[in-house]
Amino acid sequence: MKQRLPVIICFLAGAIMFLQYFSPHPVARSVYSAILDYWQIIFAFTLLVGVAAYVKSNLKQISRGQDIPYRLVAIAGIILMPILAIIGGIKIDSPFLWVFENVIAPMQATVFSLLAFFVASASFRGFRARNLQASILLGTALIVLVGRVPIADMISEYFPKLTFWIQNYPSMSARRAILIGIGLGSMTTAFRVILGIERTYLKGE
Amino acid sequence: MKNVGSRFIIFALILTNARDAFADDIAGQASIWFDRATLPTLILSVICIAIVVYAIRASKSGRGITIREIPGLAAVEEAVGRATEMGSPMLFTPGWGGDIQRPTTIASMNILSTVAEKAAEYDCRLIYPTHDPVIMAVAQEVVKESCYKAGYPDRYRPDDIFYISSSQFGYAAAVDGYISRTKPASVFLLGTFEAESLILAETANSIGAMQIAGTDSTIQLAFFIVACDYTLIGEELFAASGYLSRNPAILSSVRAQDIIKILIVLFVIIAMAWATIDPLSTWWKF
Repeated sequence: MKQRLPVIICFLAGAIMFLQYFSPHPVARSVYSAILDYWQIIFAFTLLVGVAAYVKSNLKQISRGQDIPYRLVAIAGIILMPILAIIGGIKIDSPFLWVFENVIAPMQATVFSLLAFFVASASFRGFRARNLQASILLGTALIVLVGRVPIADMISEYFPKLTFWIQNYPSMSARRAILIGIGLGSMTTAFRVILGIERTYLKGE
Repeated sequence: MKNVGSRFIIFALILTNARDAFADDIAGQASIWFDRATLPTLILSVICIAIVVYAIRASKSGRGITIREIPGLAAVEEAVGRATEMGSPMLFTPGWGGDIQRPTTIASMNILSTVAEKAAEYDCRLIYPTHDPVIMAVAQEVVKESCYKAGYPDRYRPDDIFYISSSQFGYAAAVDGYISRTKPASVFLLGTFEAESLILAETANSIGAMQIAGTDSTIQLAFFIVACDYTLIGEELFAASGYLSRNPAILSSVRAQDIIKILIVLFVIIAMAWATIDPLSTWWKF
């Protein structure tokens, strides 16, 4: 029963969510919205567990003398932000929003901006013309890169057209083939979970 | 709709139930249990379910199912062996984009189970940072169970499976930090990834880690193919469970996937021919 009950709950929840999709009836809508509400409640409680585990793990690492500066910053951040929100609120001109806009947002932007450098280094490796296929990839990438900027029109009127053809036909057909595979894979994984065939999420399976 | 000079102004009256902002046309749908517009979806879903159930039943007849070799999954053993030999940990992360109900996350849990079992067997440390506390709780259970299965329950380290941050770049920065400081020998990037995919893959590449990646985003797949050693493309990620466990029921659902794919290809060919012969045909519209 310890194993069967979660499988039954999973089946019922999956079946209800599947069936409600086809019904516009207020009862079906309210069931759907109630399930989403419960999901939020579960998430809120697990967030507490997650934060507690995070603080515990950091304190343990500090006591072992590992990465102390990083751990202290992490714990300070997790304690400081709720305190600022409780004391000053989260409205405009509150200390919480000031820290968010002047410390957290710039830090996130900094990490995001790293992407530009990583794209350059990854492209350098990916576009090396080692064999015929890699050379075709390099040539195609150059055409698309040049075709997407205004100078392409000045070189030839066919350049942007060729770029759009590459994006809309060979590239799109390959992407759609992958998307069909992903869609079918997602669907069969969902069926396996609903029917209780896939039970990795269960302890003891 | 009102014509004011050369501009059209459209007015829309939306009725809500004071809870759902988009609950329009509630009065008209009060007694309707089935939305006819979803009929094609229902028919296709029933066909797909029937094919999956048929394939699973057929597998019970005892006929073996062969599955082609998937290099990314075959390399799991090599990745664990490499980390063990180097005495370095492994890092597994499910990405920032998904939550536990997403099939990609469930598929990544299946691979985590195998990786954790082998890690316990070889006494190799496995670090699992995540952005979602629910995923953290499930991953803890999966890894704990894998350690029991391997026969080494004492090798389960709950502190190595932890929640970091729900913020996308906070998560990316933290995982990057872990990769730079702990220098894992193998990195598994399996799950739902968004803009953080290349940041993580390139950082792991810079420290020379062996990388196995897989996601359901075609945009991020391109980044993974360039930066990682092995990439699970499209349905390969979802076939992992059957491939690794060799469970006949799961393998037969992978076969069902192939049957559905053949039907889709046939349908596309017929539709293409039909559209060429009679482009103005509208009989199929609901």
